[in-house]
Amino acid sequence: MTNLLLEWVIKTIVILLILVTAVAYVTLMERKVMAWIQMRVGPNRVGLGKFRLWGLMQPLADGLKMIFKEDIIPLQANQWLYVLAPALSLIPALMTFIVIPYGSQITLFNYTIELHVTRMNVGLLYVLALTSVGVYGIVLAGWSSNNKYSLMGGLRSSAQMISYELALGLSIVSVLLYTGTLDLVEIVDGQRGFHGLAWNIFHYPLLILVFIIFYIASLAETNRTPFDLPEADSELVAGYHTEYSSMKFVMFQMAEYLNLITASSISTTLFFGGWNGPFVGRLPYLGPVYFTVKVFVLIFMAMWIRYTVPRFRYDQLMRFGWKFLLPASIVNIIISSTVILFMR
Amino acid sequence: MWQEKVLFIVFAVIAIASALNILLQRNPLYSALSLIGTLLSLSALYLTVHAQFIAAVQIVVYAGAIMVLFIFVIMLLNVPKDQPQIEKQKGLRYLAIPFAGLMIAEMFYVLRPIRLTTLPIQSGNAEQAVGTTWSIGTALFTDYLLPFEVTSVLILMALVGAMVLARREGD
Repeated sequence: MTNLLLEWVIKTIVILLILVTAVAYVTLMERKVMAWIQMRVGPNRVGLGKFRLWGLMQPLADGLKMIFKEDIIPLQANQWLYVLAPALSLIPALMTFIVIPYGSQITLFNYTIELHVTRMNVGLLYVLALTSVGVYGIVLAGWSSNNKYSLMGGLRSSAQMISYELALGLSIVSVLLYTGTLDLVEIVDGQRGFHGLAWNIFHYPLLILVFIIFYIASLAETNRTPFDLPEADSELVAGYHTEYSSMKFVMFQMAEYLNLITASSISTTLFFGGWNGPFVGRLPYLGPVYFTVKVFVLIFMAMWIRYTVPRFRYDQLMRFGWKFLLPASIVNIIISSTVILFMR
Repeated sequence: MWQEKVLFIVFAVIAIASALNILLQRNPLYSALSLIGTLLSLSALYLTVHAQFIAAVQIVVYAGAIMVLFIFVIMLLNVPKDQPQIEKQKGLRYLAIPFAGLMIAEMFYVLRPIRLTTLPIQSGNAEQAVGTTWSIGTALFTDYLLPFEVTSVLILMALVGAMVLARREGD
């Protein structure tokens, strides 16, 4: 019991550290990719002393800068909720990752370690539950700032997240019909073998449509362009976090990038075989490597979309969510269940 | 199993405290937030009896969807911070006491047979355990199929009714 508890604590701390570092470097990646797409160089100055290291120390400099910024709480703001809101959006974002498997088993110092923090028989529902709770941080930030731009951002965000959560949840149902389990570890185990051809997306070709719906809905859930209406800079200044400064602002940014990482990890787990890949059966250490590579490919795709597709208008966003994505995912459920009924 | 007892007591206290807070707060937003606190701790209570599916659904449906709508409406209407106007009718207030007593008595009457039942011990077989996806799905689509379908028709009726009421003439 104590051993298991110790293992959990160590794994959680390691995952936490990795996630926080990953978030810092995803921001750098975002700036580099943006620069590359816009034919610029991007941040390349900050290094160690004389060595520039392609700007690899940029996140550290950004972090230091943000820590030393003045922390402002507006006079008219609701103090309690204003302070609570960033935490409410960051904590669910950090909690999601514990159910995602990132490898099979490795042996370290004669001790077998399962490469996932915990497994639940409702793992996928747990992820959905935390995404839906994550809305509160944004909504309360918008309300408590006592600023009309913030409020508009908060309202838009809650409407958007409720609308796209439905499409997200219903598109996952199709995957569940094929895999027959909510446990993410089992979903990945079911995709082993054939050097990648057993991945859900290749094994069940209908899932390509589901993946497209899922990916669009997850972009909307993470408030990324073309769905970044909650913080549409040209109309709402910065949206729900207009009044926030210093580390509270950073917490919102971290939550946003964490959600991007989580959404990409869930896509990887559900559609692209999780940590599966060539030779992973013989060399279990390759599991986390494959997982990371796949996740970062999906993150790159999100950035690619962000800098090439213009933002939707609010009514277009709502129409697209309710009149196209939602019916499309329901039709997918019907087709998938019919196929399964006749195949078995 | 003392750990589960400790967790149960902690979350039960949080649930009751935030339930009381719903009634004591004057600001509707604070009341709504306390209700979310109650729902989250109820979900934790479900986890202590190994009902993971119910716990997750509790958060997805109540804390994640319904309460977001509540807060959305409260924010849109932007109720003034000072005391909201409540119609104070003295007669109704005294009528409330016997009705509350009746409700509490009814609750105790319904809960009476459940009081002494203990949950079956959860065996290693996850599929057969109470409160998992498998057991709830099987129960819903076999033993309780009729109530399940009737409920869904009721919800559909409410949806259609809301649409009819909200529709403007000439659309």
